[in-house]
Amino acid sequence: MAAVKETIETVAKLETYEHGFVTDIEMEFAPKGLNADIVRFISAKKNEPEWMLEMRLAAFERWLTMEEPDWAKVNYTRVNYQDLYYYAAPKKKVGPKSLDEIDPEILKTYEKLGIPLREQMVLAGVEGAPKYAVDAVFDSVSVVTTFKDELKKYGVIFCSISEALREHPELVRQYLGTVVPVSDNYFAALNAAVFSDGSFVYVPPGVRCPMELSTYFRINAENTGQFERTLIIADKGAYVSYLEGCTAPQRDENQLHAAVVELVALDDANIKYSTVQNWYPGDAEGKGGIYNFVTKRADCRGARSKVSWTQVETGSAVTWKYPSCILRGDDSVGEFYSIAVTNGAQQADTGTKMIHLGKNTRSRIISKGVSAGRSSNTYRGLVSAHAKATGARNFTQCDSLLIGKTCAAHTVPYVESDTAKAQFEHEATTTRLSEDQLFYAMQRGLSQEEAVALLVNGFVREVLQELPMEFAVEAQKLVAISLEGSVG
Amino acid sequence: MLSIQNLTVSVDTKTILKGLSLAVPNGEVHAIMGPNGAGKSTLGYALAGRPNYNVISGTATFNGEDLLDKDVHERAAAGLYLSFQYPLEIPGVPALTFLRTALNAQKKLRGEDEVSAPDFLRRMREIAKSLKIDMDMLKRPLNVGFSGGEKKRMEVLQMAMLEPKFLILDETDSGLDIDALKVVSDGVNALRSPDRGMLVITHYQRLLDHIKPDQVHVLVAGRIVKSGGPELALELEARGYDEYLGVAA
Repeated sequence: MAAVKETIETVAKLETYEHGFVTDIEMEFAPKGLNADIVRFISAKKNEPEWMLEMRLAAFERWLTMEEPDWAKVNYTRVNYQDLYYYAAPKKKVGPKSLDEIDPEILKTYEKLGIPLREQMVLAGVEGAPKYAVDAVFDSVSVVTTFKDELKKYGVIFCSISEALREHPELVRQYLGTVVPVSDNYFAALNAAVFSDGSFVYVPPGVRCPMELSTYFRINAENTGQFERTLIIADKGAYVSYLEGCTAPQRDENQLHAAVVELVALDDANIKYSTVQNWYPGDAEGKGGIYNFVTKRADCRGARSKVSWTQVETGSAVTWKYPSCILRGDDSVGEFYSIAVTNGAQQADTGTKMIHLGKNTRSRIISKGVSAGRSSNTYRGLVSAHAKATGARNFTQCDSLLIGKTCAAHTVPYVESDTAKAQFEHEATTTRLSEDQLFYAMQRGLSQEEAVALLVNGFVREVLQELPMEFAVEAQKLVAISLEGSVG
Repeated sequence: MLSIQNLTVSVDTKTILKGLSLAVPNGEVHAIMGPNGAGKSTLGYALAGRPNYNVISGTATFNGEDLLDKDVHERAAAGLYLSFQYPLEIPGVPALTFLRTALNAQKKLRGEDEVSAPDFLRRMREIAKSLKIDMDMLKRPLNVGFSGGEKKRMEVLQMAMLEPKFLILDETDSGLDIDALKVVSDGVNALRSPDRGMLVITHYQRLLDHIKPDQVHVLVAGRIVKSGGPELALELEARGYDEYLGVAA
């Protein structure tokens, strides 16, 4: 009954993805493939301003000249970009006025996923329970945003990016593409050309957003790429906490998800961005699953601004993702807390970049990687200080936990400093889940699965504590479920 | 009653226990003494079901139930508790969380109701106090950075909370100073009851001054070579194991 040996043997039983169902609804697709006409089609479909179409077309031209990056430590079958649908929307009018106008099948989907879309349900909940507003994105379009009216009272704008482009075009134009330029990288350029929806948040000066904001992304249709675009602006002295969650049906072919997230924090603003990513990871042989190629970046533009990224990455077949902070404002702070769990044949190459430009900027990186099965888990991070970034400080801690003997963990930290007046610290550990610890916990009454879950949750606790309370519980369960296939 | 018949156990390719037989009736405390390498700890591990401790032949039952075909956690839920000679550190898991998870897991397996948080904390406070354990220590990750003595006290705290039906104490006295030995022994003695058996594995007589055994067994080279009353421990202390080494060979 060698616990860890059994762990490896039962990795094959990876039938633990709860969100693998498909919703049967009538969809509207743009023709397969990508060309300038498709870009125009998407833009027209959304009644976008002319400048947006120009930006898209410029991005598309740029994308044609770029090559898919291959420096990450991931192997995958290349995407045939001409064999994808770039636009898939539920066949009902876009932007329903109320929940009653939404296809009941879609509502059922979100219900199944445990996501409260009906405000009254949330309001009827336990007294004192924190409320959170939800923007639900189904394939290419946002189907509903809750609590909009209440947020409006505070001047907070929370809507889909398509709506923002129509209702607040100047605000969007001022910030869109300023953190992640269209030419930034291959996937960012692709996203800029074809993004179909996503969330937009603006918090006015001095306002503390009164509730958690969250977006749930769901890929449903087959052969569909999801390219959402999120833009969050916290004006001077504003505070917002935002969470995104993602799921997709279980399908045999790979699906591409190439999102771009831009955060802008002005003077004294504070943005807390949390992700619980649970895209379908593929089966044990590595068949199917989501390619998660995402560019996330925050610009701490103002003095004393702060951005904190917290991510719990349990899904996707391949993850390529480095939520980063440009610490431009003096005394600005960037934080990155990450849990990346890989099992089966999953591959993750994830980490962060902390670019210290301003004086006395500080950053903190806590990364916890858990690898099981035949998976590969890489932390890749850059900490750099510009010549003017005197007094910059970074602390990095990368811990890897291995379950079994066929998985891999890699740590690739880059540290660059152009000033002698910066102080960077890096700590890294790699440990294997010990059979003795498992035996000890089991002797106290825990089954092998419970023991693994408890030990792994102990390993990632430091990061879980950074999540908003209600999501921390969810994330804890998710980590346990993700490893369920790895124990006997 | 814990009943062991002709138990033969190997670790890797080496046979450690060679047809060991032993019976510990409920309510009694039996001590196992013996030289290094005799198989004392192996007996505890084999009964608890540690991986790689392979039972080659023989039987072990507890109150008539076969122990050996049960998984590790099922043996724990059946009431078997092994106090480790070297308790493991569990990073990131507060002692309170660990114990509550364990207790509820056992209760679930036995089909009992889970213990409520207030009840759990109330009992925890009482027991911690009697063992001179600060509640703040229970909020820290279990055993991480604890001294040897603190770890042993945590072992006793866990057994008091889990209320097992049978205790195996593996060298619980090692690494304890005299004061800590007293606290730990008092904790163990408080658990003595007519329906609970104990097996105390030790090198030294001094633990048996505090935890008085009903029977003492001498384990040499994988077998019990002599059994007797508490006076046998004193004899061993005075004369050593030399005279038994020939018997076992």
